[in-house]
Amino acid sequence: MSRRRPYDGVVLAAPCSVPYVRYSTETAHHWLARALKGTLDAGGLAKEEIDGFSVASFTLFPDTPVGLTQHFGLTPRWLDSIPMGGASGVVALRRAARAVQAGDADIVACIAGDTNQIDSFRKLLSSFSRFAMDAAYPYGYGGPNAMFALLTDRYMQEYGATREDFGRICVAQRQNALRYPQAIMRKPLSLEAYLAARPIADPIALFDCVMPCAGAEGLLVMRQEEAERRGLPHAHLAATIERHNAFPDDPMQLRGGWAMDAPELWEMAGAGPEDMDLVQTYDDYPVISMMQFEDLGFCAKGAAPAFLRGRDLTVTGDLPHNTSGGQLSAGQAGAAGGFIGLVEALRQVTGQAGPTQVPGARRALVSGFGMINYDRGLCSGAAVLDGGAA
Amino acid sequence: MSDPLSRPSKTNPQTPLRVPALPPEARSRAAMGLTAAAAEGRFALQHCAECGRVQYPPRDACHACLSVDLPWRDTDPVGTLLADTVVRASPNLYFRDRVPWRTGTVRLDAGPSIVVHVHGDCERGARVRLTSRLDRAGQGVLMALPMEETPNMADDPQLRELTADPKHRRILITDARQDTAPALARALLAAGAAEIMVGEAEGWRPWPGRERLAAMEGVTLLPLDVTDTASVETLAGEIGGKTDILINNARFVRPGGLLGGDPGFARQEMEVAYFGLMRLAQAFGPAMRARGSDGVRSAVAWVNILSAHALSSDPAYGTFSAANAAALSLSQTLRADLRPGGLRVLNVFAGPTEDDWHQAVPPPKVTGGAIARSVVEGLQDGLEEVWCGDVARDLRDRWRQNPKVLERELTGGAT
Amino acid sequence: MSVLADLALALSGGDVEVVDLTHTLDPDFPVIVLPPEFGQCARFRMEEISAYDHRGPSWKWHDISMSEHTGTHFDAPSHWISGRNVPHGSVDEIPPSAFVGPVCVIDCSEGAAGDEDYELTPDVIEAWEARHGRIPEDAWVLMRTDWSKRTGAAYINLREDGAHSPGPTPAAIRLLVEERNIRGFGTETVGTDAGQGSHYDPPFPAHHTLHGAGKYGLQCLKGLDRLPPTGAVLMAAPLKIRNGTGSPLRVLALIEKDSA
Repeated sequence: MSRRRPYDGVVLAAPCSVPYVRYSTETAHHWLARALKGTLDAGGLAKEEIDGFSVASFTLFPDTPVGLTQHFGLTPRWLDSIPMGGASGVVALRRAARAVQAGDADIVACIAGDTNQIDSFRKLLSSFSRFAMDAAYPYGYGGPNAMFALLTDRYMQEYGATREDFGRICVAQRQNALRYPQAIMRKPLSLEAYLAARPIADPIALFDCVMPCAGAEGLLVMRQEEAERRGLPHAHLAATIERHNAFPDDPMQLRGGWAMDAPELWEMAGAGPEDMDLVQTYDDYPVISMMQFEDLGFCAKGAAPAFLRGRDLTVTGDLPHNTSGGQLSAGQAGAAGGFIGLVEALRQVTGQAGPTQVPGARRALVSGFGMINYDRGLCSGAAVLDGGAA
Repeated sequence: MSDPLSRPSKTNPQTPLRVPALPPEARSRAAMGLTAAAAEGRFALQHCAECGRVQYPPRDACHACLSVDLPWRDTDPVGTLLADTVVRASPNLYFRDRVPWRTGTVRLDAGPSIVVHVHGDCERGARVRLTSRLDRAGQGVLMALPMEETPNMADDPQLRELTADPKHRRILITDARQDTAPALARALLAAGAAEIMVGEAEGWRPWPGRERLAAMEGVTLLPLDVTDTASVETLAGEIGGKTDILINNARFVRPGGLLGGDPGFARQEMEVAYFGLMRLAQAFGPAMRARGSDGVRSAVAWVNILSAHALSSDPAYGTFSAANAAALSLSQTLRADLRPGGLRVLNVFAGPTEDDWHQAVPPPKVTGGAIARSVVEGLQDGLEEVWCGDVARDLRDRWRQNPKVLERELTGGAT
Repeated sequence: MSVLADLALALSGGDVEVVDLTHTLDPDFPVIVLPPEFGQCARFRMEEISAYDHRGPSWKWHDISMSEHTGTHFDAPSHWISGRNVPHGSVDEIPPSAFVGPVCVIDCSEGAAGDEDYELTPDVIEAWEARHGRIPEDAWVLMRTDWSKRTGAAYINLREDGAHSPGPTPAAIRLLVEERNIRGFGTETVGTDAGQGSHYDPPFPAHHTLHGAGKYGLQCLKGLDRLPPTGAVLMAAPLKIRNGTGSPLRVLALIEKDSA
């Protein structure tokens, strides 16, 4: 198998997070427009200056990113649509970086966002995928909660994880969210409150679940010279991986595609897990964050509960994790959930994170996970961002 | 063991009826294979015709070799329950009304991992067997059951949702004069039915066995003539709101083909089999459909007893076959109409019956007792189709193989 | 004044009463039951066409169906094989004058009360004539049994050996037809023959003899206890059905006040 070539000369800049709201009467177009405007404003660009456009959204129907070009008055020479949910941030970034590297585009705006109207989450669930329609919804219709409950149950049986182990992740993220003004969940969370929460689908309880909301995220990908010419703080893309439907013969999902590709990720990054100043895992449920720590090489398979027991995951801790509170505390704005860690990591390694800033953060790992097509998440990806010695 | 289902108390007259809700109904065309198998109680999955791999969820191409030839075949239902959860919150109205709801992941010995409903008596990590059932939406679903029968197993609330079990239910049998009536009454009472109401046409016309049927504990004879709209409407007005299962066993049969056949008999066959079903459906259907979510005693099923020659005519009973074909067609419409209430329409197809009108037909012939067993089993398993007797099953198989060949064989010549 | 004007006055003044001898057409009213291999008499049926609803906003009506021999009904000569060649043997061809005429009522109610197979014999007829005079030619003769007061199973009175209800013997019906030349014979039971009438020689003697001679039958009458033995006028006009062998009908009698 061939080796990936490095992303020399390509950088990310102009992070934008449009503040989330629990319910919105607006459309996805509204939220995506605000993300695009936000990232252009952050970069000081007019929209005519971008020639690449990448969109991830679940609630755009009946439109596609093609329709958005006319709606937003864009004339890109490179256009992408990323239907990969929680992996959409890393995947959008990978593709945009290669387009810029190859000269197919000079500046690519990567945006993701969704609305959340009353009942739209229920409607989205009921038309998510054919396998889910045929083989998941008819069984109790717990949605993702039930499917992750099964994975969590299996993980706990296999590796002896406890609810306290998951709770520590959630509690630390809530502490981080308290620093992040845009987080939806703004009340402190204790481990006791986590353990006492209303059960949703055993062993999943209320605080294991993300809060669906409306919101959008965005950033720009361009050549390094372009960023420097414009005086934009930027981060290098040190390494990325992407994998779909990994380990299909595993009876249940106890590992993701990262486990296939992590060695190459670290080799390409020229660094290891221990070199990361912060980690942004995809945290739709805490068990998935545990899998990422394992599969991305922070600890052995099944050792994440013990590994994390000895770590402080807060912004000021020894392993800052999901520094803006992640989806568990900041909220899950549809496809923007695939961008929240990426955009926060970009702020972190470029020193723009403000209240959540990890002192001296330079390198970050961002991981994505998406699309419970039936009984497991199919898409996985990860990226290492390097803000340089700014 | 499951908690035994106790006889429900009387309905509080001030409590509004629960509006029927259905579990998610949409399926891909491929997934309908599961429904077709469940309708007749078979556990079948797609098997690749080229590489043999068993597939799930249902699909259009083999995940191992990309063959698009994926026939549904009966499959070993045994596997291991790898994980389970109890869903306690659902945005779906059907499940929201019925939580907690147990689901789990079973790794089948045959290969795939399957998300299933889980019977309360299944232990996590244990060996289980999957059964294929129709849910209230009339779609095939899979449920994990313990390997061995457990006490009160059928009373598991989730399993009961997938059946039309007669236990504690009030049942109307439409025609007391049929040989099937006493057998049905006995079998249903033995299965725990709360009350058996039996329709009697033309009470002025005596018939043997009346006293014995009327004397059975739990059985009431009520006036009902399926050929008389007023009679059907009157009885529906009286008991339509408490009919949980309706078993339409009314039948009129005379031997005879078409040429030389008797239009009067043919009309009567149609009046009973076709218009009788229509009258019953129009009178009883709306109330039953509205009571589809009425707890333990919800309206749950409609049973038609049909001739297997509804599929392909027996020329010696030409007009009778035609009337049954008409009834079969109407039963499909009835199924569609009752769907919003979550009711099951079960057709029991019988071969030639052991009665005065099949004297010249050689055995095997089915008895009222055999039909009654088929009805009860069909209800307990929540089926849509049961084929009673060797002749009926043979007809079904030949019809599925090639309807034209069967027609030619039935219409003489081929041996 | 003319006869009819007198009659009209008597009717409006109450000196002449109109008596209804008809059962209500009802799906549950018994009909004759034949062995199941034979074609059967259709029961009365009624289906709503509309009832001030979407099928017809301002009106209500029904489709009805039945046999020619359902409910209170008229038998034409062509009903029986013996009458198949009788001229004007179907209901549409019978001269209308036959539908209105004098009626004699032979009260057999006492006998029928004690014997469900009660037979009307020549002796009974002659005894009646001894009290009320000879039965005139071309009169209706009705056999009163009060059987119409029975309902349901007791009315049809079917047992394993068939139905049991009163009726005329072959000799009695021959007497009425051949020697009195009556117009027709009527009963309160489901047929003009006795329930066990198939066991006579000839079988069903009333049908056989009446219709063979071009006479008519009336069945399922009721209210005969309101008629005087003689002196009433019977009005029994069947529907005009082409080639019809009989017809449900409304049977009325005119009686003089206090004559019953």
